[in-house]
Amino acid sequence: MRPPFERLVEAHGAAVLRVCRALVGVQDADDVWQETFLAALRAYPSTDVLNGEAWLVTIARNKALDHHRKAGRLPLPASSQGAADGALPRGLPRGLPAGTPGGTASGGADGVAHSVEAGEDAARVWAAIGALPKKQREAVVYHHLAGLRHAEVAGLLGNSEAAARRASADGMKALREILQGTGLSDTPEGRGQ
Amino acid sequence: MSTELEMPAELAAVAAGEAEAVARLRASLVDAAGADGLIDVAYRLVDSPVGPLLLAGTAVGLVRVAFAREGHDAVLQSLAVTVSPRILRAPARLDDAAREVEEYFAGRRRLFDLPLDLRLATGFRREVLAHLPEIGYGHTASYATVAALTSSPLAVRAVGTACARNPLPLVVPCHRVVRSDGSRGSYLGGTEAKALLLDLEAGAATCR
Repeated sequence: MRPPFERLVEAHGAAVLRVCRALVGVQDADDVWQETFLAALRAYPSTDVLNGEAWLVTIARNKALDHHRKAGRLPLPASSQGAADGALPRGLPRGLPAGTPGGTASGGADGVAHSVEAGEDAARVWAAIGALPKKQREAVVYHHLAGLRHAEVAGLLGNSEAAARRASADGMKALREILQGTGLSDTPEGRGQ
Repeated sequence: MSTELEMPAELAAVAAGEAEAVARLRASLVDAAGADGLIDVAYRLVDSPVGPLLLAGTAVGLVRVAFAREGHDAVLQSLAVTVSPRILRAPARLDDAAREVEEYFAGRRRLFDLPLDLRLATGFRREVLAHLPEIGYGHTASYATVAALTSSPLAVRAVGTACARNPLPLVVPCHRVVRSDGSRGSYLGGTEAKALLLDLEAGAATCR
């Protein structure tokens, strides 16, 4: 039985917005959110939705990929490929608000750093998320920010539930280190000093 | 949903201002969906002396008026099944209906002048509903009298059923149908609501 579409917006609007913000940045997230829900609504009468949230997050992920393709960017916010092996990423500091929130990031490929509206704390978290290796970042976002189960995350990432769980745990561990300013070769902004 | 609880504390900052952002996005989604013809059922809630009313409309017209005691969530879920699940809260699409309902409760409107979508009532039920507007504002008629107007003049009980399942109460005035003994009888909005409506109409009718 399909619930009124309004229920999906109410129940999952915020989670989908987090996913959009994580995947394309706060600035462009609104457009991607809009495209996601419009596409979902268009498909809705003919789509039997077992898990509304997983379905919407899947659409959001595809819309984010489209968005990056259109913008001529990497499929997902960059800074991840070279940083996958434990070393914390070079791309991190540019995402941190250095007194000019959002302003410094506009030229970068990493949409996560576009964080003018989100406030400094949110910007710090988005930047830290953006600094994670791609798989960890997605696992953290889908599981911890959007609330999907590890099995559903695995469906999105094309790996196993165990691998999704591990990526999420590793991602959170790395995230905590980044946010505490520890384990960094170049400590940003004296946080935690 | 439960995501708030599960979100690790160190990530909680990303939720700041989220509710406002979602509200803003929802509003523009409704605009875009409307422009693309993707809203099959639009609805809004209005306050009234008989409690909050759900007003729902299709491209054809007003399709459902529901009292709170019917369970607005249940009514919307039922519309998702019987009409379409493409349902959004789109208040502006029901401005006319909301205004006429407000005027009615203020005693300034005796006749609803709205396009109606009667798809939720079929067969004999629909025939009954078609006759109800013949009972004028401030008047009542018995179930038997209404039955006599139809193609099945003895179907008094079926008239009762048709009234009890009227998808458009207030607007299609089933509250004006009462028992032959003069008592008011039941009402899907509750007997108190029925009394209030009949008193309202009687009062407004004699004021003129």
